[in-house]
Amino acid sequence: MSENIDQYLKSEYSAGWITDIESLTIPPGLNEDVIRLISAKKQEPEWMLEWRLKAYRAWLEMKEPEWAHVVYPKPDFQALSYYSSPKSMEDGPQSLDEVDPELLRTYEKLGIPVHEQEVLAGVAVDMVFDSVSVGTTFRQKLKDAGVIFCPISEAVHEYPELVKKYLGSVVPQKDNFYAALNSAVFSDGSFVYIPKGVRCPMELSTYFRINEAKTGQFERTLIIADEGSQVSYLEGCTAPMRDENQLHAAVVELVALDDADIKYSTVQNWYPGDAQGKGGIYNFVTKRGIAHNRSKISWTQVETGSAVTWKYPSCILKGDDSIGEFYSVALTSNYQQADTGTKMIHLGKNTRSTIIAKGISAKQSSNSYRGLVKMNPGAEGARNYTQCDSLLIGDKCGAHTFPYIESKNPTAVIEHEATTSKVSDDQLFLCQQRGIDAEKAVSMIVNGFCKDVFRELPMEFAVEAGKLLEVSLEGAVG
Amino acid sequence: MLNINDLHARVEDTAILHGLNLEVKPGEVHAIMGPNGAGKSTLGNVLAGRPGYEVTGGSVTYKGNDLLELEAEERARAGVFLAFQYPVEIPGVSNMEFLKASVDAIRTARGDDVMSSMDFIKLAREKCKAVDLPQDFLKRGVNEGFSGGEKKRNELLQMMLLEPSLCILDETDSGLDIDALQVVARGVNALRSPDRGIIVVTHYQRLLDYIVPDYVHVLAKGRIVKSGGRELALELEKHGYSWIDEEVA
Ligand SMILES: Nc1ncnc2c1ncn2[C@@H]1O[C@H](COP(=O)(O)OP(=O)(O)O)[C@@H](O)[C@H]1O
Ligand SMILES: [Mg+2]
Repeated sequence: MSENIDQYLKSEYSAGWITDIESLTIPPGLNEDVIRLISAKKQEPEWMLEWRLKAYRAWLEMKEPEWAHVVYPKPDFQALSYYSSPKSMEDGPQSLDEVDPELLRTYEKLGIPVHEQEVLAGVAVDMVFDSVSVGTTFRQKLKDAGVIFCPISEAVHEYPELVKKYLGSVVPQKDNFYAALNSAVFSDGSFVYIPKGVRCPMELSTYFRINEAKTGQFERTLIIADEGSQVSYLEGCTAPMRDENQLHAAVVELVALDDADIKYSTVQNWYPGDAQGKGGIYNFVTKRGIAHNRSKISWTQVETGSAVTWKYPSCILKGDDSIGEFYSVALTSNYQQADTGTKMIHLGKNTRSTIIAKGISAKQSSNSYRGLVKMNPGAEGARNYTQCDSLLIGDKCGAHTFPYIESKNPTAVIEHEATTSKVSDDQLFLCQQRGIDAEKAVSMIVNGFCKDVFRELPMEFAVEAGKLLEVSLEGAVG
Repeated sequence: MLNINDLHARVEDTAILHGLNLEVKPGEVHAIMGPNGAGKSTLGNVLAGRPGYEVTGGSVTYKGNDLLELEAEERARAGVFLAFQYPVEIPGVSNMEFLKASVDAIRTARGDDVMSSMDFIKLAREKCKAVDLPQDFLKRGVNEGFSGGEKKRNELLQMMLLEPSLCILDETDSGLDIDALQVVARGVNALRSPDRGIIVVTHYQRLLDYIVPDYVHVLAKGRIVKSGGRELALELEKHGYSWIDEEVA
């Protein structure tokens, strides 16, 4: 069967071009001076620099994690550059009109609405190019609603109290190797604050793009939903095709105060490397949210890109009656490796969590689900439901499931279901015999498999996600 | 419309068809009978272009063109339909979505307009009724959890929606009770038309009480060894296939 399917599985990465733009890039290498330089470039206050240095010193003592089911040459952290900014950004554009048109074209080419008048669904966008935010749309409209949506580098200056209070409150500097590295060198990312009782009037989104060669991208996102507020946030990611691997180590922290609701969706399409496994992004990401009383945090992710993915968006269900959700589609093809899943830490009473994870593996790729459900002694009446499905296309790929369950409260209920299925030659032949070509058949089967997750995405992105899978599997069968 | 001439075919390393000849004209219904393992399903699969079935000799023309040149989906779009002996399941893809994709592909190939979803749903419901399948089968995954008889009726449903020129039914009657058998027969009879050819592969002559064929062929050891009219089926039933073996030997 694999022969048939293989001939249709070719890699087509449509976001792989490079923007020809002059950049200011710090020379490779990492030491305290580099961190001071990054901090100085951003004219950061002293406390921010101290925070970074503390993280850096912790990082020096830490070891790269090895437990994930992925194999790759370890990045040489001294060979990377930790800061790159389009030269035109050096003086800082004051509004979108001042942003280098070449940069805006980059985002337009990616299909991202950068001009407010063109925006269809009323989505506010923050664009992060290499290490800096290059523009944020709809800031005024959001401001009127009291919503803060700006680059985190700006929030450090404008809203230092909020940043000081919450930065590192969910993912501490020393949390893990990559989180520590990120804390030391993070360059930009988005900052969101939704005031008490406010329902954010539009979807917020950030598009991350790595352009410069041999740079790492270390973005940091912090979203705070104050009591009774609501927000839906989407991030998208792409990078040019380059032969060498690039490192992306992000940290995302979500804070849902009492009765708040945060929905965080990701469409991750970093360059996955070529069909021989050359190049591609190393995507080592720490995402975590803390949910206070009666609040809800929902992660939805569609992961199709990156050479190696290591990512576990998690929820700490601290408050009573809080809710955590994780909906995931992870697709791997060629030599991609993904080790992804979630952690649901139940601390409060009657906390509930749902995990729906769909892994699709094609060609020689390896796709692992790793999930932890933990019921602490205080989690009276807590519940978790986990469903974990794998779909194999061809017979050279691998799917693995690593569920971890720790229950310290006898009243907590944990349910786990797992299935593995294959796109078979017989299924494809049935489709072909009915006039449907094999490519369309595979995309139909894969989309059917992902339905439960796509349902959770904001409408316009659900369509996008479906298309993205189609492209990622382009030519997937025969 | 279909001309099979000295067809030789193998599956993996086993030669199965050894010089098979058959001609089907528009409007005709041919029944093919034969013992298990004779190569009946192989013939259907070869005609439909299933990967892994290799033609090693002979020719097949369909509507004047070389059928063997075409990819499986091209054959389907040209009007060749195979109702499978063992229909597979496609979990997660709703029957409705699958049927629509299929009908769209075939209509597009024919140069017809794609049907609107509304019109299609109406049509699909109507055909469901005709094959005695409850409408909620349209919402379920393709063949997912269907009983044997339901799968066969689902095959028939697809055939009725696609209106092919050449229908090949591979033991669509196997495992059906008498009521279901009549449903299948009614469906096939409804499709009988002067410009459509039908090949009914069956193990049991009882189906031919309801679908009266113009010709009956006996397929044994990879060849058509005997052809005749309706009465051949009755003789087969009386004497069994060993009688053929003796005659051919
Ligand atoms: N995939 C296959 N690989 C090897 N042999 C096969 C395969 N499919 C069928 N055969 C063999 O080919 C012969 C004819 O099979 P088939 O066409 O299914 O017979 P029928 O439909 O007449 O019962 C049988 O001996 C069967 O075992
Ligand atoms: Mg058979």
